[in-house]
Amino acid sequence: MASELESPRRPSSEAAPATLPKVPTGIAGFDAITFGGLPRGRPSLVCGSAGCGKTLFATTFLVNGATLFDEPGVFMSFEERAEDLVANVASLGYDLDGLLAQGKLAIDHVRVERSEIEETGEYDLEGLFIRLGFAVDSIGAKRIVLDTIETLFTGFKDESVLRAELRRLFGWIKDRGLTAIITGERGDGQLTRQGLEEYVSDCVVLLDNRVEDQITTRRLRVVKYRGSAHGTNEYPFLIDADGISVLPVTSTDLDYAIPEGVVPTGIAGLDAMLDPGGFHRGSSILVSGEAGTGKTMITASVIDAACLRGERCMAFVFEESGDQICRNARSIGLDLARHVASGLLRFEAARPSLYGLEMHLARMHRDIDRFAPSLVVIDPLSALRGPAVELQATMLRMVDMLKSRGITALFTSLREDGELDASSSIGVSSLMDAWIRLLNVEANGERTRTLYVIKARGMRHSNQVREFVMSGDGIALIDAYIGPAGVLTGTARVVQEAEEAAAALRREQENRRRRREAVRRRHALERQIEELRATLEATEEEEAVLLNEDELRETMRAGERDTLVARRGGVK
Amino acid sequence: MSAAAASENGPAGPLRLRLYVAGTSLRSTRTIDSVRRLCEQRLGGLGDLEVVDIYQQSQLAGGDGVVAAPTLVRLSPLPARRLAGDLSDERRILEGLGLQDFVREHR
Repeated sequence: MASELESPRRPSSEAAPATLPKVPTGIAGFDAITFGGLPRGRPSLVCGSAGCGKTLFATTFLVNGATLFDEPGVFMSFEERAEDLVANVASLGYDLDGLLAQGKLAIDHVRVERSEIEETGEYDLEGLFIRLGFAVDSIGAKRIVLDTIETLFTGFKDESVLRAELRRLFGWIKDRGLTAIITGERGDGQLTRQGLEEYVSDCVVLLDNRVEDQITTRRLRVVKYRGSAHGTNEYPFLIDADGISVLPVTSTDLDYAIPEGVVPTGIAGLDAMLDPGGFHRGSSILVSGEAGTGKTMITASVIDAACLRGERCMAFVFEESGDQICRNARSIGLDLARHVASGLLRFEAARPSLYGLEMHLARMHRDIDRFAPSLVVIDPLSALRGPAVELQATMLRMVDMLKSRGITALFTSLREDGELDASSSIGVSSLMDAWIRLLNVEANGERTRTLYVIKARGMRHSNQVREFVMSGDGIALIDAYIGPAGVLTGTARVVQEAEEAAAALRREQENRRRRREAVRRRHALERQIEELRATLEATEEEEAVLLNEDELRETMRAGERDTLVARRGGVK
Repeated sequence: MSAAAASENGPAGPLRLRLYVAGTSLRSTRTIDSVRRLCEQRLGGLGDLEVVDIYQQSQLAGGDGVVAAPTLVRLSPLPARRLAGDLSDERRILEGLGLQDFVREHR
């Protein structure tokens, strides 16, 4: 224990907060916000109103100490009897009886009953010190819990003695180098009824249990931590069958690393709309659309594709149970149940009204940390209700939390009707890296599902509206009819296409007819040319004959003239 | 004889007292003296008084639910009663232990 005692010596100044020795509580998240846990060898105050989890927090501290860190602990209870305490925390899986038997835990119930104690003259609380010292020594305890020491004020009238003794007790705890949790009930205008914070001033943790809109949210705040940096916000915490988890969900930095790679969606047509053949890994994708547009089935496709690649997926569903989604997905030929069975896929179904926003976020945070999925689906995001400002902040943190872990996130949202409303998902959509909008087109007495990509950061993507069809073979995208008659889908598209086909056939026949006509005319012309050429030849022949005759005649005439001249005896 | 007397007069069973003190401080010795005196003078030596130094016998303190020191515990007759303080006021001790009648009977 000597080595433990070195630490209580106060660091000379605030200069070196990192050197303040700390004791991990083993409570998920709490050690993170306090950068290591509670101050070693000092008492810490855990206060809060009734039912906010003080005793449980303290018990967890001891149980974790005994089981995880090999630090035995003493629980000095001023309220509950040892048996009650054991029974109360058994539901969290804490086996106090086992720890008692192993000598890793000692419980001492200090009964302080006003009616049983008479005060006559001077006294001090040496009995308490002795009992505590005895219990500590019997198991070599390094941690102690005093729950709730203020009960002493109901048993003893002499406040000045009590206060002096408490001061001495906390001094004694420090001298012994024990790390202690003192619990205290929330008082009016101060943290505890008797102002214990005056005595325990090294570390004060405030637990709170607030009810807003009939939904309870547990919150924890480190009010003060002398000599150490600590998270100053109110952090939600959970108490359930897994014990306590505190969730440091307020991350403000944007300097997370981005994983490389592409996540295909499992819908060939959709992949084709996106240049790299899918979404970037680690991006946040919003699928928005009204009821019945096929959001959940698109997510089911993405999940199925991811599981087939052997990736772990986690789906937080707020409107259906996991079984129901599995069954529904079977109708489009996706067998999600086998992924659930193989442990690759986990559904976490909860009604949105089960917790407040903070708690939902907190729960997701914890579940995601435990399951370590590479794809998270939140279906639907719009089921989470709350004041607009809080909702926006919660979603920002949710997206942040997922991004910082490099998890591809798929959100669905109902709240999308194109209205630029402050409380609509427009606020969320700016956080999203990709946004797919599903739209039901109603025309000609039918409804057709269409889909288009509103945005996809960091990739070229199609700007076309596609019709998507769900069948037993999965989801298929069909190019919508885009032509002079506008964009047509569904039956109208089919009709239009048939019309076009008929028109094309007509045009084809016409063309063929014209071609035949042209050939025929050409033939006719050629024949005419032949005839003309024959006529020409005939004429030429005739002309040649005539020419010959003429020449002959001329020759004969010339002969006759010569004869005549000769006959007249003249000279020419 | 004491048992018979006690059963007739209020509290049942023999009177057993245990006094817890912390070490041999002035307060401890003063308390021990005053309780001894009380037992001899007012209870006529009927009470069975045991003095425990909690430093020596730490394990007993828990069993008797002792918080303050000094503490005088009436172990019997039941229910147990506890008096905290240096027990300087005899009348209050007797009241606290519920022994006014006992004393009156044995005067």
